[in-house]
Amino acid sequence: MSKNTVSDRFRKVDIDEYDENKFVDEEDGGENQLGPDEGNLMGALQAVLKNPPINTKNQNVKDRAEGLVLKVLSSFKASDIEKAVQSLDKTGVDLLMKYIYKGFEKPTDNSSAILLQWHEKALSAGGVGSIVRVLTARKTV
Amino acid sequence: MSLHQFLLEPITCHAWNRDRTQIAISPNNHEVHIYKKSGNQWVKAHELKEHNGHITGIDWAPESNRIVTCGTDRNAYVWTLKGDVWKPTLVILRINRAARCVTWSPKENKFAVGSGSRLISVCYFEQENDWWVCKHIKKPIRSTILCLDWHPNNVLLAAGSCDFKCRIFSAYIKEVEEKPAPTAWGSKMPFGEVMFESTGTSGWVHGVCFSDSGNRVAWASHDSTVAVAEGGKTAVCTSLSSETLPLLCVTFITENSLVAAGHDCYPVLFVYDSNNAALSFGGKLDVPKQSAQKGMTARERFQNLDKKASVDSKEAVLESVHKNSISQISILNGGKAKCAKFCTTGMDGGMAIWDVKTLESAMKDLKIV
Repeated sequence: MSKNTVSDRFRKVDIDEYDENKFVDEEDGGENQLGPDEGNLMGALQAVLKNPPINTKNQNVKDRAEGLVLKVLSSFKASDIEKAVQSLDKTGVDLLMKYIYKGFEKPTDNSSAILLQWHEKALSAGGVGSIVRVLTARKTV
Repeated sequence: MSLHQFLLEPITCHAWNRDRTQIAISPNNHEVHIYKKSGNQWVKAHELKEHNGHITGIDWAPESNRIVTCGTDRNAYVWTLKGDVWKPTLVILRINRAARCVTWSPKENKFAVGSGSRLISVCYFEQENDWWVCKHIKKPIRSTILCLDWHPNNVLLAAGSCDFKCRIFSAYIKEVEEKPAPTAWGSKMPFGEVMFESTGTSGWVHGVCFSDSGNRVAWASHDSTVAVAEGGKTAVCTSLSSETLPLLCVTFITENSLVAAGHDCYPVLFVYDSNNAALSFGGKLDVPKQSAQKGMTARERFQNLDKKASVDSKEAVLESVHKNSISQISILNGGKAKCAKFCTTGMDGGMAIWDVKTLESAMKDLKIV
């Protein structure tokens, strides 16, 4: 029989990635899949900061969580940011700082400006210490 | 509170003699300089030159008047005063990386050296051979030991390390001492046994300190946290994330209060409440110089808004007493139980002496419990 392919690169393709029915483990942020309700932004913020994917090694889960957080942060009005930051406790502020810096890593058109506004408010709540904790954290968000 | 500027180089480490009339400092080089206090001035009395590398730790034993120094040349020397000259004795530590910190034990018959070779060398003097011998504590240390402190019972040793943990080891040497009595940290203490290992904080542990009774240990770590652990059947650990830059050194001034200082250039007070196992921020211990408030011109305001997107001006000049990070803090009198004065040295080459009573009266809300 003749070989019908010259190369065997097809063997290196991971077909499970392209399977439409692939099982994706829902870790967190599942409650917020449809985007934040306009009315309940505070609740959305609390929900999206609950259960951060710190312990998973799965990069997809981390990316999805980050995307959700970014969506929630961008839908806040500039004047409401301060109140939202006040409603978080110390660990919440530290976690918010982690997401802000993660968001800085991949800037899109609008995200940097919004993130900078959040950064200023989070800095006044958490102080330089919260930034140090982002830099020294062993498990990233 | 007084500040004395020794030199412009950072003071890497310092140690006081028993009556606090002499201070041994290392100005970031291979030598130790001993200064004597004469009136209000500090006069250089001795220069100890034996090390081949930067000196990273000095400790002065108050009773036996011996100085131990350790450096990046992987050696430690014990200096004894013969007449008017300090004579060094080499101690072979058997390490293959720099030594980082050294402390005499409370009874001054042993000293411990923390090093970058991921071990602690506990050295004691062997009478028959007239030689300092050392034993190593290796497990389970995974990285450089940055700081050490002895428990008052002369056996337990707290070590802070770059593997993000603070541990309490037993450094019981049967050749020089009796079996120790049980403590809050445990009763079986063979050499090298880990009596306590911290969890919870992440970040290199820069400074560690036992309280005066030895039942509590506090450590400052690089993720801007301070933590206190209380020994007992189960060790209770509480930590406080601070809003400042990381702290480099910490010490107890009473059984319940800690003073810590670090990259923010001013000492800070923390109060530990054992009933609720809570650590709280007590206050900033620095008397700011009253700088003249200049009004901001409209041009300055616009420039600030343009460059930093903020309307208020941050002072470019540090208002604290020290102008650079504080690297070491030591108790001058009162001991760790009722400290009356403590001293800080830093990377600005300055040494400041702080009086607890005047600080208490100067800061209105300060409560030293």
